[in-house]
Amino acid sequence: MSESLTMAKALNRGLRRALQADPKVLLAGEDIGKLGGVFRITEGLQAEFGENRVIDSPLAESGIIGTAVGLCMRGYRPVLEIQFDGFVFPGFAQIVTQVAKMNMRTGGQTPMPMVIRIPFGGGIGAVEHHSESPEAYFAHTPGLKVVSCSNPNDAYWMIQQAIQSDDPVVFLEPKRRYHVKDAVNFSAKPAPMHQAAITRYGTDATLICYGPMVKSCMDAAAVAADEGTSLEVVDLRTISPVDWVTVISSVRRTKRAIVVHEAPLTLGLGAELAAKLNEELFYVMESPVLRVAGYDMPYPPARVEGEYLPSVDRILDAVDRSLAY
Amino acid sequence: MRGQSHDMVQLLTPEGELVSHDEFEFTGSTGDLVGYLRDMILARRFDAEATALQRHGELGLWTPLLGQEAAQVGSGHALRTQDVVFPSYREHAVAMVLGVPVTNLLALFRGSTGGDWERLETFKNYQIVIGCQALHATGYAMGIQLDGAVGNPDDDENAAVIVYHGDGAASQGDVNEAYVFAASYNAPVVFFCQNNQWAISEPIALQSRIPLFERASGFGFPGIQVDGNDVLAVKAVTDWALDRARRGEGPAFIEAFTYRMGAHTTSDDPTKYRASDDEEEWRGRDPILRLTRYLERIGAIDDAWLASVEDDAKEFGSQVRAVIPELQDITMDRLFETVYAEPTVALEAQRREYATYAAGEEA
Repeated sequence: MSESLTMAKALNRGLRRALQADPKVLLAGEDIGKLGGVFRITEGLQAEFGENRVIDSPLAESGIIGTAVGLCMRGYRPVLEIQFDGFVFPGFAQIVTQVAKMNMRTGGQTPMPMVIRIPFGGGIGAVEHHSESPEAYFAHTPGLKVVSCSNPNDAYWMIQQAIQSDDPVVFLEPKRRYHVKDAVNFSAKPAPMHQAAITRYGTDATLICYGPMVKSCMDAAAVAADEGTSLEVVDLRTISPVDWVTVISSVRRTKRAIVVHEAPLTLGLGAELAAKLNEELFYVMESPVLRVAGYDMPYPPARVEGEYLPSVDRILDAVDRSLAY
Repeated sequence: MRGQSHDMVQLLTPEGELVSHDEFEFTGSTGDLVGYLRDMILARRFDAEATALQRHGELGLWTPLLGQEAAQVGSGHALRTQDVVFPSYREHAVAMVLGVPVTNLLALFRGSTGGDWERLETFKNYQIVIGCQALHATGYAMGIQLDGAVGNPDDDENAAVIVYHGDGAASQGDVNEAYVFAASYNAPVVFFCQNNQWAISEPIALQSRIPLFERASGFGFPGIQVDGNDVLAVKAVTDWALDRARRGEGPAFIEAFTYRMGAHTTSDDPTKYRASDDEEEWRGRDPILRLTRYLERIGAIDDAWLASVEDDAKEFGSQVRAVIPELQDITMDRLFETVYAEPTVALEAQRREYATYAAGEEA
């Protein structure tokens, strides 16, 4: 059974199904009840499941995350909405000092089955603090899992998988893709959450990406194909842990890799991917791993974000440089 | 004394005289008080032994509770089996009252484990980051309420949470957010603030211009100041706060007005930041001394009883020392295993790499 949905609607359906499936699942966050969230991802859910299952929270991110720690200890599975990426930082301390460490601190006695949903990334013309890509902070924190969906089908299934996981999951939703429509298959068994997907097969180079950049890379691959270059696109889906088997086997075949992400270049996920591929495939690769990323500056004012964000042209420039070795 | 309110609840004076209070009374028996005195003496002994163990290099750090025995023993005895405690890092006497093995506490401060102790379901592990646990406690209390475990006619079906924090923590955002959430959701949580006057070297004057208990009304729930060195008053006030939480009447704030007689931890030196006459004054308010005076005067204890408790304390002290060589350090394997509830391929690879390296070192 399949239906064409936007990513926003797919997330809503996934959350509804999770609430139906397990009475211990709770949603909490600012404006998620009556309003349905600023992006309407939780629209209608409070009306359906009540104020005790879909909880409007005071405006305090640390409070939302810290109280969820206690709810996890009581046996609940809280799913939290952070309104925008740049607002997660007031709750950052709870995430990295408590949520991430509780299971190990207590010798495995206190798992944190919590999902922290964050609409992330730029490209929607927003004001400051509304367009950031904080994934590396979380991916650098052992104990957390960090995932990002790039299409409606993954959005529907991955949110449910994240909720079922006994580990805390930072769930990054590419907000500029919320309204992209695609088929959601409600019956086919989904891939494991931590498995990367090859979304386009190719032979000349691999584009490695996740979240909002998957569409950009697919667009770049289509343009390259017209020019006679065959690009493979790997959607990581999970940022931590990375599915190294899929990534390494792809680059082993294509012998070239370009990592694409919106987050600033230095010490971003591209650095880790480049280092690992260097360790594993030093004698195989025909060129160094290249990176197309945001620049090392705070996210710029919206009128110039088009210059900052990796574009199809910047991706293709990197492909040319890679092929020129 | 700065910050001490004329409304402070006291039932036993420093001289060991009972005083009455319009709203609170100690409802336990003399036998209970004898037990509390014994608990306080043993807690003080444990604290002294642990401090000595740190000085001998057996513990990496220790957080002394000296002076705060009544606040902890009194509040600990107000708890029932279904209640849950969220401590900070100094609640050794509460742990002892609830039967948490002291080996668990020693192992944490020795660095043998990260805090995976027994009875974790009712006494959560120590929290090092100031005030984080106030939110955890509030969330847990919200869960209790969602479970319908407050306000039931059968009191055995009701539960509440008590969270301990200090005067310094009252400045933290998380603690203030916890007050907001607790009030918003009417959570069955009791904030038990041990105002021991010092946040390491920073005095209470730096934390608050008003007595801390007065802040509670600004958040919309009752706050009360109690003589934290008076175990009778602490027990009475904590009973009241926990009872109303269990009945579904929401949060309350208790400021236990006390004093940290020693250092914040074994790493600091109070002589650098506070006057010795302050300590002298507080020595006169000693929680153990005042209860001893009272119980002696009414004939509930005598020199023989005190001597026998002293013997017990000595024996307990030697048991504490004997624990150290028995403590097992957690293994790297176990750490790898518990980073995640569901293992990851990437971390498993690191575990194998470590195992290979460790095997090579052994060979």
